[in-house]
Amino acid sequence: MASHRSILDLVGNTPLVEVSELSPNPAARLFVKLEGQNPSGSVKDRVALAMVEDAEKAGLLRPGEPGQVLIEPSSGNTGIGLALVCRVKGYHLKVVLPSNVSPERRQLLEVWGAEIIESPGGEGSNGAVRMARDIAADHAEWVFLYQYANPANPRVHYEQTGPEIWRDCPEVTHFVAGLGTSGTLLGTGRYLKERNPSVQIWAVEPPAGEIVDGLRSLDDGFIPPIFDELGGAAMLDRKTVVRPRESVEWVRRLADSGVFAGLSSGAAMAGAARCAVQLPPGAQAAIVVVCADAGWKYLSSGAWTGDIDEVAERARSTIYF
Amino acid sequence: MAVAVDVRLPTVLRSQAGGQSIVTVKASTIGDVLRELVSEFPGMSGQLLNDDGSLHRFVNVYVNDDDVRYLESLETPVREGDEVSLLPAVAGG
Repeated sequence: MASHRSILDLVGNTPLVEVSELSPNPAARLFVKLEGQNPSGSVKDRVALAMVEDAEKAGLLRPGEPGQVLIEPSSGNTGIGLALVCRVKGYHLKVVLPSNVSPERRQLLEVWGAEIIESPGGEGSNGAVRMARDIAADHAEWVFLYQYANPANPRVHYEQTGPEIWRDCPEVTHFVAGLGTSGTLLGTGRYLKERNPSVQIWAVEPPAGEIVDGLRSLDDGFIPPIFDELGGAAMLDRKTVVRPRESVEWVRRLADSGVFAGLSSGAAMAGAARCAVQLPPGAQAAIVVVCADAGWKYLSSGAWTGDIDEVAERARSTIYF
Repeated sequence: MAVAVDVRLPTVLRSQAGGQSIVTVKASTIGDVLRELVSEFPGMSGQLLNDDGSLHRFVNVYVNDDDVRYLESLETPVREGDEVSLLPAVAGG
């Protein structure tokens, strides 16, 4: 086996595994792309590395020069991915993190030496975004990569995630992924539709808006700038909400196939199952689902072993997208 | 034909509906549902629909968990027993 010069060389090129035994429709094959295999444990390593390398090429970050600071809002995974990249490259990272993320997310940020700035949990990621933008405006000397508007985010999925899926599963008919920044869906979706315009792109989201009681009005809503700029509304064929209980049920089913995946992967699988049962009679499908991360960061939720009602209730107040 | 539809409100809209989390309206399309809500709870006016009657940018409307923007938008029909949910646009990542 080849050795690698840096852990960062291991970002991307994740495995695709068939889990059709979990499909509710024998005409629909199911495949999961295991993004938890990335070095910091999530799909966001791709985005983190691409954004930092872009900033280095643009001269915003200068490798090897001490005292450089980045600030980023994140519900966890982008922060953790950036924290790993920054630790390896010697940058200091400040992550604006909602207070109601799982404790493991906070611990992993600490592992990589990131500084945590807490935002009100009741405002969800929207509150973290607003706070990070305010802080970045007051500190022009800090680098604000801003994943929600950074073109490197969807681009890395167009250049990597999409081609990997096409290489490993050219029969793909549907692509299902969680909607957070929209980078995974837009970049991968664009690539797959260019190869085969009939590929359907399904977005899955949590009902997070039910619990964000800190928003004053709907005007505090947030749509990532990349979603508008890249025509997200035209790219997506379907958008569906998956509730916490269904997400937990599906991480348990994934475990039956030996796949240890996070709660957003459970939600994505629930979305894929809806897609499978809604196929027209006689149609065949190959549904590719992004498992954004593995289960490690959710062990404290009791997702696999706890009473499902209690686990689902706890998940209602925790941000996992 | 208009049918009775339950609408789940997000926390941010409940104060305009006297604290209720679920309200029932009579409607045959999603557009009807939203216009009925605004008529019954004028405080929601401007949060759900724009002046030109289109869906407000920061509200997502779901019929049985499917976002209506990817169905038939305001023309999406509602049937007896359907559940409509309103949620604010929320980021992740």
